[in-house]
Amino acid sequence: MNKYVYIILAILISAAVTFLLRLVPFAIFSRKPMPARLQKLAKLLPSAIIAVLVIYCIRNAVFASVTELLVTLFSVGVVVGLHLWKRQTLLSIAGGTVVYMAALRIFL
Amino acid sequence: MEYKKEILRYAFAKSLPVLFGYLFLGIAFGILFQQAGYDAFWAAIASILCYGGSSQFALASLAGSHSSLALVALMTLFINARHIFYGISFVEDFKIMRQRPYMIFSLTDETYSVLNLCQKDEYLHLQNNKAMFWIALFDHSYWILGSVIGALAGQLIPFDFTGIDFSMTALFVVILVDRLSGGKEDKSGMLAAIAGLAVGAVCLFVFKPEGFILPAMVITVILLTVTSGRNKEAADHE
Repeated sequence: MNKYVYIILAILISAAVTFLLRLVPFAIFSRKPMPARLQKLAKLLPSAIIAVLVIYCIRNAVFASVTELLVTLFSVGVVVGLHLWKRQTLLSIAGGTVVYMAALRIFL
Repeated sequence: MEYKKEILRYAFAKSLPVLFGYLFLGIAFGILFQQAGYDAFWAAIASILCYGGSSQFALASLAGSHSSLALVALMTLFINARHIFYGISFVEDFKIMRQRPYMIFSLTDETYSVLNLCQKDEYLHLQNNKAMFWIALFDHSYWILGSVIGALAGQLIPFDFTGIDFSMTALFVVILVDRLSGGKEDKSGMLAAIAGLAVGAVCLFVFKPEGFILPAMVITVILLTVTSGRNKEAADHE
């Protein structure tokens, strides 16, 4: 497949899936209200899902080498520490990423 | 009509934290997308149409290895699945807005967080929630801008950007920390997150990196559905 045809399709698919996901609550709950049990689940689920996504992000580092895993975990720790300290999203993300990129070059 | 400037200024001020976050992440995405073989034009198209931060990172990775379109759909599904729950808080607010389709389209982690934070502000709701629209639009434009800058930088600056995709990991960690340390009901949220980490870790070792996300997500959802239901029954019997 031509790479431009591919990317157009990939973008359209990704866009459609994303939009449909965001549409779900509006499609369901515009007419009737949401049951209480679902409300509770709705509050908890995102935390669990995002936790799984964190694992997803580091999935390759886990199997690569001990050094890479340690560098990754340490950088995650830096992000957590920075964020609990200053609560500044950009600082936490940028700081952790810079530390990771540097450590990658130093230790690997 | 007199309020227009004030509303714009308010919306811009509220969106400032997102400006910095999205510029950085957008640039990271642009760089990755360029490395996957697609220039600033395509980075812009992706960011205009998809508008999914982390899912676009995955898109860059999948596109670079010319993965199947089915995998693109699946990964987008799992990475953005949490967005199903974001709209719940805004069903009523968006109902009265002309820009409702765009508001639904642009409900990302950041926009959701900002709107959530300001939801009690009177200013936010003037003129049929006009400020909500502007916040959403500003956020979207920061993302597009970052992507374009990133793709151009990747092309023109001879720097080794290896490791910049860690910014996506960092983003999720930040979101998680915010969710778990922001409010009073920390305990159940903390348990939910631990459950997610545990299920994710176990599935990672059982199914290997390539195939673990689907079972991990499914098991996590089932586990939470079952346990949250059981707790309610226990509470009912007291």
